[in-house]
Amino acid sequence: MFESLSEKLERSFKILKGHGHITEINVAETLKEVRKALLDADVSYKIAKQFTEQVKEKAMGQNVLTSVSPGQLMVKIVHDDLAELMGGEHVDISMKGSPVIILIAGLQGSGKTTFSAKLANYLKKKKGKNPLLVAGDVYRPAAINQLQVLGEQIGVEVYTEEGSKEPVKIAKNSIAYAREKNYNVVIVDTAGRLAIDEVMMSEIKSVKDTINPHETLFVVDSMTGQDAVNTAKTFHDRLDYDGVVLTKLDGDTRGGAALTIRSVVDKPIKFVGIGEKMEALDVFYPKRMADRILGMGDIVSLVEKAQEQFDTVEAQKLQQKIAKNQFNFNDFLSQIKQIKKMGNIKDLMGMIPGMGKAIKNLDIDDDAFKEVEAIILSMTPKEREDPKILNGSRRKRIALGSGTDIQEVNRLVKQFDETRKMMSVMAKGGGKNMMKMMQRMKGMPQG
Amino acid sequence: MGIFSIFSRNKKEKLDEGLQKTKQSMFSKISKAIVGKSKVDDEVLDNLEEILVSSDVGVTTTLKIIERIEARVSRDKYLGTSELNQILKEEIAALLSENDKGDMLGFDFPKREVPYVIMVVGVNGVGKTTTIGKLAHQYKTSGKSVVLGAADTFRAAAVDQLKIWGERVGVPVITQGMGADPASVAFDTLKSAVASKADVVIIDTAGRLHNKINLMKELTKIKDVMKKVIPDAPHEILLVLDASTGQNAIEQAKQFTASTDVNALALTKLDGTAKGGVAIGISEQFKIPVKYIGIGETKEDLQLFNKTEFVDSLFNE
Repeated sequence: MFESLSEKLERSFKILKGHGHITEINVAETLKEVRKALLDADVSYKIAKQFTEQVKEKAMGQNVLTSVSPGQLMVKIVHDDLAELMGGEHVDISMKGSPVIILIAGLQGSGKTTFSAKLANYLKKKKGKNPLLVAGDVYRPAAINQLQVLGEQIGVEVYTEEGSKEPVKIAKNSIAYAREKNYNVVIVDTAGRLAIDEVMMSEIKSVKDTINPHETLFVVDSMTGQDAVNTAKTFHDRLDYDGVVLTKLDGDTRGGAALTIRSVVDKPIKFVGIGEKMEALDVFYPKRMADRILGMGDIVSLVEKAQEQFDTVEAQKLQQKIAKNQFNFNDFLSQIKQIKKMGNIKDLMGMIPGMGKAIKNLDIDDDAFKEVEAIILSMTPKEREDPKILNGSRRKRIALGSGTDIQEVNRLVKQFDETRKMMSVMAKGGGKNMMKMMQRMKGMPQG
Repeated sequence: MGIFSIFSRNKKEKLDEGLQKTKQSMFSKISKAIVGKSKVDDEVLDNLEEILVSSDVGVTTTLKIIERIEARVSRDKYLGTSELNQILKEEIAALLSENDKGDMLGFDFPKREVPYVIMVVGVNGVGKTTTIGKLAHQYKTSGKSVVLGAADTFRAAAVDQLKIWGERVGVPVITQGMGADPASVAFDTLKSAVASKADVVIIDTAGRLHNKINLMKELTKIKDVMKKVIPDAPHEILLVLDASTGQNAIEQAKQFTASTDVNALALTKLDGTAKGGVAIGISEQFKIPVKYIGIGETKEDLQLFNKTEFVDSLFNE
């Protein structure tokens, strides 16, 4: 749906190109795109506006180093600031207390119950704790059953009070129960509530005041839009929570709410939910989130992955071949092997800023490799060296040999041609090719 | 130095207070800025942009609205504040798809040959099951016999949740327990509804993120299986959207429509501060009307969507 920021920036950078340093005029278009990208990612309107203004001030007058274009410099400034704003280092949850009491709060449907169980599972398996879950959502039908089912799945006891409609009492009693039974962590799940629901907000405040938790976590759906400003702030005013949990990040949302929340309340994002399985819980990586919000490629991980797998000498040979348009099926095959070691090709390509557009229309799916390899392996050495000789009868033979059909062979040859063309264009792009780019990035400070 | 570290906590708070105030006075500000002018100037557009984007309308749709206002103003040459308010609201409302297309039924409809089948879909936590409970209540209140199908067999206790709603409202719930094949539950529910000559069938499905291909395929299968019992079922495929969802809702609408031909939207949790503006873009882009809104947790808290009220609420604090 969204054109990635890097694609947009590519366009606006054409304006910047050829200028020695960043000025108000040459940066305006770029900033407009940055701002739009932030808004598309659901960053709060006010915050997006302020952010771009700050970036502009910072960027203004900076000399553009010869090795980077003004555009690249701008992206770096935007990205670095975004990542820093998102919170530098990972902050763990507080584990001081006996038992450690953790209170979970949030809107309806944000994923509190699932997170509570995931957290219990994480503390039990990864931290060797002995947690107790407390079913404090007495309002939503079957919310208690839900926690019980999850508790059973992960082998954690769930404290409930049959028929009770008093969350404050349940929470209070659960702590006494935990002490008695020697649990060293108590996780109190609560009902979802709207920030403007005065009665419900007072209720959770008194739950908090009663059990005096060591850690209060605010659970928020990563798909939340502009309303994140209101809810994050209201919950913070009432509960003064210690950290934020961002759920459903396995979706394709850009997650601008994370930036909004970080800007409105000065509290770290401590966990992210990345799936429905009990293990699908991760700690928060500010840089990755910055990339995600900007919709720009994850340059850092690409470089890291590439560095792991790349044979520099071979890469240079390949580089020359590409430039001379001599890239053939043998190279293609070895590339495939290398890429397979690195992961999914489309993901990898997508990590390279600017590549998003180039591969968008190429239909590369995960299993495509199997057939591609079979087809190439069914070619004679001569055919692999010189794809031009692939006439109809050769293609027919290859299809037969690889167990595919002639259409697929044709498609591969066509795709190969396109790829070759694309690579050759990149290679001719005035030193802007992939290999050099990677090398240059190796020298750049990471982040 | 991070950009925001230069804001002290106090400044941040002030900023937020300011934000509230701006919102409140926004509409009068817009009006003031344009009264007596024949052209909508930048300040007006900036204000309008802020209102709309802050309501999750999204940049693309906001620009579209602004274009329409500009065109309208240069054509009609508005005169005063009241006309402007009207123009703004009309133009935004015009983007919302018509609700009464005739092929979908309200809560009260004449007796049909076969049950009216509603399939409810959406991502996790938007309020599908709650919406179903409320819908069942509305139909029951209009004298219809309703059957619910518990085809969310995945999420812990989802079946129980629907059962409780069934008891609360007084309608039967067809279940096969947790972990059962959801398509099979849907099939059974329709069979049972046909046998008992029910008027309305509502099928609950498990929440799923729209980028999970296999789960989306499962949804297509659930939908297709119903046709074996009632050839033109499901008659209504209701995508439930959380009003607090941002621009990702557009992608949700796109993917759910691709796999299940969504033909109605329900916007939930509108009793909070979220405006649900993203529904405008969705309605316009996919030509799917918003049919219901959820405004609370009790069984009565569901209403048929009203364009005018919805657009009004975008400008109200």
